[in-house]
Amino acid sequence: MNQTYLNAPPEESARILDARIPPGPLERKWTDHRGHVPLVSPANKRKHTILVVGTGLAGGAAAASLGELGYRVLNFCIQDSPRRAHSVAAQGGINASKNYQNDGDSDFRLFYDTVKGGDFRAREANVYRLAELSGAIIDQCVAQGVPFAREYGGTLANRSFGGAQVSRTFYARGQTGQQLLLGAYGSLMRQVAAGTVTMLARREMLDLVVVDGRARGIVVRNLVTGELETYAGDAVLLATGGYSTVFYLSTNAVNCNNSAAWRCHKRGAFFANPCFTQIHPTCIPQEAETQSKLTLMSESLRNDGRVWVPAKPEDRRSPAEIPDPERDYYLERIYPAFGNLVPRDIASRAAKRMCDEGKGVGSTGRAVYLDFQAALERLGRPVIAERYGNLFHMYEEITAEDPYRVPMRIYPAPHYTMGGLWVDYNLMTTIPGLFALGEANFSDHGANRLGASALMQGLADGYFVIPYTLGAYLAEWRPQAISTDHEAFGQAVTEVRQGIQRLMEVGGKEPVRDLWRRLGHVCWERVGMSREASGLAKALEEIRNLRKVFWQDLCIPGGQQELNRSLEMAIRVADYLEFAELLAMDALHREESCGGHFREEYRTPEGEALRDDERFSYVAAWEYTGDLQRPRLHKEHLTFEHVQPGQRSYK
Amino acid sequence: MSTQSMSFNLRVWRQDGPQAPGRLVDYKVVDISPEMSFLEMLDELNVQLIRRGERPVEFDSDCREGICGMCGLVITGVAHGPLPATTTCTLRMRHFQDGQTIEVEPFRAAAFPIVRDLVVDRSALDRIIQAGGFVSQNAGSAPDGNAVPVPKDDAENAMDAAACIGCGACVAACPNASAFLFTSAKVSQLAYLPQGRPEARRRVAGMVRQMDLEGFGNCTNHGECEAVCPKEVSIQHIARMRKEYWKAILG
Repeated sequence: MNQTYLNAPPEESARILDARIPPGPLERKWTDHRGHVPLVSPANKRKHTILVVGTGLAGGAAAASLGELGYRVLNFCIQDSPRRAHSVAAQGGINASKNYQNDGDSDFRLFYDTVKGGDFRAREANVYRLAELSGAIIDQCVAQGVPFAREYGGTLANRSFGGAQVSRTFYARGQTGQQLLLGAYGSLMRQVAAGTVTMLARREMLDLVVVDGRARGIVVRNLVTGELETYAGDAVLLATGGYSTVFYLSTNAVNCNNSAAWRCHKRGAFFANPCFTQIHPTCIPQEAETQSKLTLMSESLRNDGRVWVPAKPEDRRSPAEIPDPERDYYLERIYPAFGNLVPRDIASRAAKRMCDEGKGVGSTGRAVYLDFQAALERLGRPVIAERYGNLFHMYEEITAEDPYRVPMRIYPAPHYTMGGLWVDYNLMTTIPGLFALGEANFSDHGANRLGASALMQGLADGYFVIPYTLGAYLAEWRPQAISTDHEAFGQAVTEVRQGIQRLMEVGGKEPVRDLWRRLGHVCWERVGMSREASGLAKALEEIRNLRKVFWQDLCIPGGQQELNRSLEMAIRVADYLEFAELLAMDALHREESCGGHFREEYRTPEGEALRDDERFSYVAAWEYTGDLQRPRLHKEHLTFEHVQPGQRSYK
Repeated sequence: MSTQSMSFNLRVWRQDGPQAPGRLVDYKVVDISPEMSFLEMLDELNVQLIRRGERPVEFDSDCREGICGMCGLVITGVAHGPLPATTTCTLRMRHFQDGQTIEVEPFRAAAFPIVRDLVVDRSALDRIIQAGGFVSQNAGSAPDGNAVPVPKDDAENAMDAAACIGCGACVAACPNASAFLFTSAKVSQLAYLPQGRPEARRRVAGMVRQMDLEGFGNCTNHGECEAVCPKEVSIQHIARMRKEYWKAILG
């Protein structure tokens, strides 16, 4: 295989990416844009078929909203029901700049916090729109019957979250994602009953069909029968989530994967900032090699929990035996202004640093304490139980330890990916007619996402952005109907079938799960929480080698024309083996530290991330140029007119 | 990290397809650590089967933290296994005896046809929701979130009901294969909230009708559903649904 390009600097395109940001002042952009885009008349909407892939907050909200508008929607998901999409697992909350607490919140402040939290690598216009729409999301969800937490007076309750000094997070116990998703799912089911949305569950998208340069359809594998099915439409909306499972162990569901996005990338959609991955600070530490996933403990716990390690390295006493003066509440010490509520990237790296210094706790020494003793004394057990009861229960189930009595042990784990398909202001990728929503796109969180902002973005994209921008696309273009008889569909099916055939024919002995675990290990060790040039170069080599091993040793029992989880997983891992190279390459090319991307070589004397705005204040959007070919780098330069990039300080 | 290792005699339901005959097949799994979840134990069984060139056991799962509702097995006669308030994916092997024989079967009900092995089709539950388990609220037309105050207790009660994850354990545990607990959880959630009131009558009538059409049985107050519910959804919601139903029917 050709390895020569792996360590060379990337080939750069002269073309500047245009994000199509509307003109005018920041706070008027979206309103003016919405007011000026062409519309599709009600009678014409039903003539358009829209393919929506994914049923999480972004996909479910988009499919429901487009159905309400009268479009014909086909909605796909890999689970047995749209209600299971992994948005369901989000625990802590959703941000909105309602300022119900009278504590100084505003659209501008939410915008500012998000741009700063993202370490000045997000697009200002998108983030402002997100902040502007945040309030309407809460209104919509309340009206759907989402049982948000309430005060005794009957008004909505709020709590604080990392990276903010106001209380703007709305929540439904520790199950906010579940409740918001079930709200969207209810709206979706209503449209299914109304006949506007057709739900196609247990189907996995394996290719995008591009006709005359526009996205016109998809190829999916029916996961029950193994049949390859084709669907045609006037636009394709990808809401398929992120790629945290490239690390194998993550807080994501075991079926989360990047294949749909990766295959769109191979058809021409640029992939932006893949190295911006989020490692969440509060997860239950890994216990065993055979573990299938890591479990998140909501960031909201940091509202009342205090993070600490023993002040002396190698202190093996039990937590109760360590008196207060011999504990290091390091977040409160290093970041007094934000304390335990620093953003995730900061908290994760600080935990790693403590463990690297030998102060880690637990049997592996890779954990820190999250202690509720002070909060229990201050507030009493009933209040803590009301706020976090289900999280405490979950923790005890997994670890067999009672967090009401013993401090939780936590450690960072892969959780969310800020990178994704490049989209313009209208959420359209570089393939006309292919849109990317929610975690699947890259646009709003820069290099680090603040807590309680993923739910906000998914729902903003689905309920309130795409209904306008999709309509504008269709109204401008006026597509002719297309059927799956078009030769492009046949070709795509043949290619997908050949790919599956190749996997089935490898004939080795290794279960795909073991190969995935090995890939995950390489990515975690070298492209995980901290990265440096020689390690990344090594990762590129190791990923290449693993790819060879995969194509020699893979074993898939059973057949293609049936339910076959080994095959499903093999397809995803084969794509990850290609994608992982891009991930490492992007991390290698970005010679700075920012947000979730931490390069050992680029840090301040205190060990914080050191950005290089001169050289890297841009979105790196990669173009696929062929298998084993060097991808081409396109830059979208970021300009900051309203927030002056500075060193992020939470001290 | 525990160095202890356990082994189990599994009797697992194997069935090649909806129409194929099924049977319990014996497997021995070794080197299982007590921290493993029940599904990680099955993952290990599958690794062992694949290495022997055999077909792995198919089962559904996704989030593996007890919230998506995709997993669900009947473990030695009990839906989601012996521990209360636990899903199959969060059940740890330390709750079993080393060397124990464990029977693993799918969630059985006439309305849940078997797809393969331990995988069943629960789309009937989606269709019950389609029959009214929502508020008819188009995006864009909602009043301010604080426009209608909701008493805290009502919001808490609604949340208790809304905790349902739609796994179908209640159906699998019920001698009548009834979906009353599942259906009542949604009816009750929306009945507690002012936003759900305008459509309350249509909702309960439609959902109950659909429940019958799907072939779920009636409720005869066994309470098995509540006992296995991983989210501890109470049968009080069934009582509440009955009340809502009679209000709807009698006006």
